[in-house]
Amino acid sequence: MHLGVSESMRECEYSQISTRSSTPMETPYKKKTSKKRKWEIFPGRNKFYCGGRIMMAKQTGVFYLTLVLILVTCGLFFTFDCPFLALQLTPVIPVIGGVLFLFVLGTLLRTSFSDPGVLPRATPDEAADLERQIDVANGSTGYRPPPRTKEVVINGQTVKLKYCFTCKIFRPPRASHCSLCDNCVDRFDHHCPWVGNCVGKRNYRFFYMFILSLSFLTIFIFAFVITHIILRSHRNGFLNALKDSPASVLEVVVCFFSVWSIVGLSGFHTYLISSNQTTNEDIKGSWSSKRGKDNYNPYSHGNIFTNCCAALCGPLPPSLIDRRGFVQSDTPQLAPPTNGITMYGATQSQQSHMFSMESKPICDQDQCIQSTKFVLQAAATPLLQQQSSEPVILTASPENGGTLPGRSALTLGGPCTSLPLGQPTPPTSTPSLSCHEATDMLPIHGHSHTHNHSHPLQEPVAHHHFLTPEEVPSPPGMLHCGSPMGHSHTMQAGFYNLASQDSLHEDSVRGLVKLSSV
Amino acid sequence: MQGLVPTATDGNMATEFHNLQELRHSASLANKVFIQRDYTEGTTCKFQTKFPSELESRIERTLFEDTVKTLNNYYAEAEKIGGQSYLEGCLACATAYLIFLCMETRYEKVLKKIAKYIQEQNEKIYAPRGLLITDPIERGMRVIEISIYEDRGSSGSSSGSSSVSGSTAR
Repeated sequence: MHLGVSESMRECEYSQISTRSSTPMETPYKKKTSKKRKWEIFPGRNKFYCGGRIMMAKQTGVFYLTLVLILVTCGLFFTFDCPFLALQLTPVIPVIGGVLFLFVLGTLLRTSFSDPGVLPRATPDEAADLERQIDVANGSTGYRPPPRTKEVVINGQTVKLKYCFTCKIFRPPRASHCSLCDNCVDRFDHHCPWVGNCVGKRNYRFFYMFILSLSFLTIFIFAFVITHIILRSHRNGFLNALKDSPASVLEVVVCFFSVWSIVGLSGFHTYLISSNQTTNEDIKGSWSSKRGKDNYNPYSHGNIFTNCCAALCGPLPPSLIDRRGFVQSDTPQLAPPTNGITMYGATQSQQSHMFSMESKPICDQDQCIQSTKFVLQAAATPLLQQQSSEPVILTASPENGGTLPGRSALTLGGPCTSLPLGQPTPPTSTPSLSCHEATDMLPIHGHSHTHNHSHPLQEPVAHHHFLTPEEVPSPPGMLHCGSPMGHSHTMQAGFYNLASQDSLHEDSVRGLVKLSSV
Repeated sequence: MQGLVPTATDGNMATEFHNLQELRHSASLANKVFIQRDYTEGTTCKFQTKFPSELESRIERTLFEDTVKTLNNYYAEAEKIGGQSYLEGCLACATAYLIFLCMETRYEKVLKKIAKYIQEQNEKIYAPRGLLITDPIERGMRVIEISIYEDRGSSGSSSGSSSVSGSTAR
C-alpha cells in the first residue's frame, strides 16, 4: 500500500503544479463552487478508491484471486516450511523469501493501483476542431467519409494513426483503446485480469518486475518445499514426511502449475522489452519481417541493452488524467452578457447530456430518437449560438442537395436526405447487420478474454463499425445504432451556428423532425 | 462580434479570464487553435512548429516558433534517456519506489519548469496580443491549445495591457 500511496502523493503533488501557476484568487474560487474531484466524473469504466488515489479496472475478481494465491502460498511456506529449513539449512532462506515476497506484493499493488497511461478524452473544442479538419481533408463531398486514419512517418516507417470514436482523438502511435476499461491507453500492452488493470506505458515496468519476481519466488518456494520434503523423508520416510507437513503438498501443486505460465510469461515479456514491442504489436506482427522486407520497428533503439534500460529505467511520465484535481464548474464565471449566461448553461448541460449519452454504449433506437428530440427542443429555443465551431460546417451543405446542413448530413442527414428525396431504401438485411456490428462491439466490453488481448478483437469490429453505416444509405434508426457517438456531437456542433443560417436551420429542423418521427 | 462563451477548463485561462471578467467583459473567446503533436521522431513528446493560419494576423511567426521549440526542448529534456534517468530509475527500483515519497521525478520537475515558462510567455507575449496558451498537460499532452480572444468593447490595447497588469498583480 506504501507504493500506492507514494504514487498517489506524487499525483497529489502533480495536481498542485497546475494550480500553483495560477493566482491565489483562483484556488479558493474553485473550491467554493465545486467540491467534485475529477475521478468522480471520469468517463471510463474504472473503479477508484481512496479518494481517487487508487485506480483499477471494473472487474477485479481475478486480482483478488491472484492476491489470495500469493498470500496463502507464501503464508504456508513461512509457517510450515521455513522453521524446518531455517534450522536445518540456514536462516537466510526465510529472509530471502521474505524479501522476494514483499517485492512481489509491492510490484503487484503498484501495477494494479496505478494509472496505466490513460489518455484523457478530447475536450469539446478539440473534438470539433478535429472534425473540421477531417471534413476539410475529405472535401466534404458526401455523406460517406472514409475511415478516419492519419498516416505519419516515424523514423522512416509509415504508421497509421486511427481515430478513436469514443475518446474523439487520433490515437498516438502505440496507443490503443481498451474496450474493457473504455479508455485509450498510451503504449497499450494488454489488459491483464490477473492484475485487475490495463498494462500500459506507466505501469509496464512494474508489471514486468512483478512477473519476474513472481517467477523467482515461485521457483524459490518450489525448490525449497521439495528440499524440505526430501530432507524430512530421509529421516522419516516419504509418506510420513508428507503427513507431517501437508501444507507442502498444496504449495508444490500451486507452484508447479504457476511456474510454467509465469516463467513463460516472463520470458515472453523479456523478449518484448528487448525488441521494444508491445504485446499488441507482437500479436499483430506489426514489425515482423514477414510483412515486408523493409518492415522494421521504428521505436527500437537498436540494441537490446538500450531497449531494456529504456523500458525499465527510463523516465516515468506523469498521469495525464489528474484524478484528484477539482472539476472546473460550468458556472458562468467566464460569461459574456446576461442572455449569454443562460445559453451557456443550456449548452453546457446539453453538451454534458450529449456526452453522457455517448459514453453509454447502449444501442437503443428509442434512446437515439429521444436524444434527437431533445436536441430539436433545444434547437427550437432561439438562443443557441454559443459554441466556437465555425460556420464552415453548415455551408458545406449545398453539395449534399441543400436540404440539410453539411455536417449533420454526413452522419444523419445523409440517410435523411434519402427519405425526403424518395431514394430507395436499402435491403432489410443491412440494418440488422449494422446494428449487430454495433452491438457486437458491446459484448466485448463485458466479456473477459482468456486471451487477455482485447485490442485485436476490438479493432476489426471498430472498422466495421464506422464503415458499414456510412457506406450504405440507411434508415436513421440503424444509423443511430451505428454511430451514436458520431451523431450527437456533430449535431450539437451543427446547431450552434444556426442563428446565422436561418434557412438552413429551418431545413435541418424539418429534416430532423422527419427523422424523429420515423 | 460573436459573443461566444469559452469553456472553463484551464486554471491559467480561468485566471486570465477572471481578470478579464473584471474588465467588464471587454474580451471574449473567438476561436481556439490546436497545435498537434509531431510523431516523426517516435512517441517522444514534440509539437508541430507549423504556423497556423489563424494566428497570422495576431502574432509574429518567429515568436510562435520560438515558444513551440522551447517547449519541445523542455519535453525532450524530461524524456531524455541517459545517465541521470537510469540512475533515478535504478535507485527507485532499489527502494521499491518509496523514494518518490521524498523527491520528485525528473519529469515532474521539468513539468513545473514548463508551467512557469508558459505562464511567463502568456504574460509577456501572448496576452498582450489577445492570445492564451494552455499547458499541454491539461489536454493530455495531445495539443497546445491557443485561445484567441476578440475585443468586444474598448480597444484591444487596453484589454491587453490590463490583462498583463492583472496577471502581474499576482
